[in-house]
Amino acid sequence: MRGGDEVAHLITLAFAASVFLVTIFLVWELWLHSGPSRHKFGFSFLTGTDWDPVQGIFGALPYIYGTVVTSVVAMMIAIPLGVGAAVFLAELAPPRLSNGCTFLVELLAAVPSVIYGLLAMYSLVPLLRSYGEPFLKATLGFLPFFQGPAFGVGYLAAGLILAIMTLPYIISISRESLLEVPRDQREAALALGATKWEATSQVVVPFARLGIFGSIFLALARALGETMAVTMVIGNDPGIHASLLAPGHTIAAVIANEFAEASGALYQSSLVEMGLVLFLITIIINALARLLVIATSRKGTAHA
Amino acid sequence: MDTAPDTAVPRQTSPPPIPVDAPAPVSDRRPAASQPPHKTKIDVRSLNFFYGSFQALHDINIEIPEKRITALIGPSGCGKSTFLRTLNRINEMVRHARAEGSVALDGENVADLDVTNLRRRVGMVFQRPNPFPKSIFDNVAYGIRVNGLKGDGSLHDKVEHSLRRAALWDEVKDKLHQSAYSLSGGQQQRLCIARALAIDPEVLLLDEPCSALDPIATAKIEDLMFSLKKECTQVIVTHNMQQAARVAEFTGFFLMGRLIEFDRTAAIFKRPSRKETEDYITGRFG
Amino acid sequence: MNRLRYRKFVNGVMLGLTGVFTMITASVLFLILGYLVYNGSKSIDWNFFTKLPVPVGETGGGMANAIAGSATMVGLAALIGLPIGFFGGIYLAEFGGKSVTFAIRYTADLLNGVPSIVIGIFAWTVVVVPMHRFSALAGGFALSLMLIPIALRTTEQFLLNVPRPLREAALALGAPKWKVIANVVVPAASKGIMTGMILGIARIAGETAPLLFTALGNQFWARGLDEPTASLPVVIFTHAVAPYEEWQRQAWAAGLVLLGLVLATNIGARWILSRGIAVQKG
Repeated sequence: MRGGDEVAHLITLAFAASVFLVTIFLVWELWLHSGPSRHKFGFSFLTGTDWDPVQGIFGALPYIYGTVVTSVVAMMIAIPLGVGAAVFLAELAPPRLSNGCTFLVELLAAVPSVIYGLLAMYSLVPLLRSYGEPFLKATLGFLPFFQGPAFGVGYLAAGLILAIMTLPYIISISRESLLEVPRDQREAALALGATKWEATSQVVVPFARLGIFGSIFLALARALGETMAVTMVIGNDPGIHASLLAPGHTIAAVIANEFAEASGALYQSSLVEMGLVLFLITIIINALARLLVIATSRKGTAHA
Repeated sequence: MDTAPDTAVPRQTSPPPIPVDAPAPVSDRRPAASQPPHKTKIDVRSLNFFYGSFQALHDINIEIPEKRITALIGPSGCGKSTFLRTLNRINEMVRHARAEGSVALDGENVADLDVTNLRRRVGMVFQRPNPFPKSIFDNVAYGIRVNGLKGDGSLHDKVEHSLRRAALWDEVKDKLHQSAYSLSGGQQQRLCIARALAIDPEVLLLDEPCSALDPIATAKIEDLMFSLKKECTQVIVTHNMQQAARVAEFTGFFLMGRLIEFDRTAAIFKRPSRKETEDYITGRFG
Repeated sequence: MNRLRYRKFVNGVMLGLTGVFTMITASVLFLILGYLVYNGSKSIDWNFFTKLPVPVGETGGGMANAIAGSATMVGLAALIGLPIGFFGGIYLAEFGGKSVTFAIRYTADLLNGVPSIVIGIFAWTVVVVPMHRFSALAGGFALSLMLIPIALRTTEQFLLNVPRPLREAALALGAPKWKVIANVVVPAASKGIMTGMILGIARIAGETAPLLFTALGNQFWARGLDEPTASLPVVIFTHAVAPYEEWQRQAWAAGLVLLGLVLATNIGARWILSRGIAVQKG
């Protein structure tokens, strides 16, 4: 390599390597600063249910529970809505409508989290409190999920706003996966006398299923790590409740609320440790998502 | 099994017997009356086809004979595939596609028929094998299931019957529930034919079915077409003239969206009445 | 025929249902905008952009410090993050060996997937703790960490998209590789790269969580980069959850401003991208 090239190579390598190094450093720092609580509580940190800064007892379970519950609620709403909308945009809608709506959906992904939170607080929560939750209690109140007072804030509100926030990811990635399905798959189904919906649901969607699953995992990872909108509507209750109408808490929300004022190494360390837990969960989900999306693009088809 | 029509050796010499500038009258395009009688399965009159403002087919008039094999030949882009796809209205999927004129199946205009029903009667095999991401069994069964045809006789029997017709049964009978993608290219294409045959279509449209296959797989498919002759009207688009000469009794030559000539295969290859036909056959272009 | 009619019925129902789902999603954007405009426009006036916040009970305050603070920290983040992402992306696209590229790309993806609150924790450990204070530096650092993977991926993507014949033509003329990159490849990819970077900046401008305990917040002007600094997203958060109606009003106004900026940037960037080259997913 000639002189100029070698310099360019080294400089750019240095910058690229810094990305690598800073990420390693991040993991290292998280590990380091969570030391005190890791050593004090060990694995029981993950199963402990008490969060008492005064007494120095910290247990992450209510927050893990809340994180999981809100994300599950979000996925249960966002997956059918998102995949359905993606199917519509990719297969059934006329192209101009499809492109226009896709553009809008992609803009939704750019809306900051705090704005979603603002809206959720002042429009979604009152609606839930006055209409949504009473309705659910009246119709489904025999289930433990829909019992108890209707505050408006809580797992349900957080799950709903998370669903809205993750919809754009599911829609745009699923739509792309569907558009990549070769034309003659669709045509072969139609040529056998299938209706458009039958061809779409029985052939095209299965063909694109890897990409669609990938988008779902990606959306899930986002939902798990989402902070601001959830913090604003979760209700900040450090308990474990079966009812979706109850207020709760999530890992991201408790860190957001308490970190700035957390005093004492153990308190801070516990919060950092929860950040570490959240980080690990999202790594795993993200890795699964990448594998699925890469598998589609590499193979080009979804072989059974 | 019928023997193939007289093999056509493209003539290399002497000019055509008819002056070329005057377009041949319509009656010339129908096969000579002295041949064995046949019914017309598909009757196309004055078909014009547009993709938006581009006219892909100009005034096509053709009568596809029943229970025979008809080949459509011509250089790429001449409209033969477009024409084929109007027969089962599969090109309606393309935006701004418009057809004028009439295509009649057994006397009924296909535009008036329910399109799902039409496609049950007119099946299609595509250029590249395109089995569904399902098992071999489910691929063949798909058309039966979706149309709700499994009434009489068991599904398994129907699938077996189809696979036997496609000469694929022996090769796959032990792995019916494996993915269709575990088969070779030639096998996949025969699977696609079995899939199309499973719903007992009256007409089978084949759009260059062998273009992605090796000669042995091609021969198997051509054998398959012969064996289907008595049951089914077949129309095959091919850019391989030798193939047309081998399998088809009737051949239509397309050029730039027009049907230049349509006649018995032997006539087309030995005594083409249009200069364009002769030029194509002798390899002067395309 | 009954079965056929049923199938066609299902076909129509499904078309309608999926269409409704799509309309719901698309209309959410309009709802958001509408609500914000309705609630926020009442409070937007010249004061908003020029004045500092006033104590509760008084009127006429603004959020000039938050706007300036956001601009400062986004600027810092861009200063750190864009070059790293840009040159790193050049490495990945032009120089990288297989395993090194894989490792870097993988960690960049990892970094991209880190929840923003955890990024905040990291910035806290690295900047706030040693400095013993909250600062714009910490906030800018946190934001830069989110910008780096975006800049990296977008640079790499657009560089890889530059057609090979273009490079080969330059190389064939005897130009050294680095000159080819600098004078031919990068300019060819520049439109896409810049758009991707702008989109990335719009993204971090709206981030709140990383700033919560790095830059914290400030009622007044920060006197330097080493002081706690107000930012638009954080101010929206603190004012939205506060019990004072006056503050809530201001939150709406700030929300409108922030959303307006973010959307305008996004629409503008996508429009530029769509004219000429294929849209890349950020």
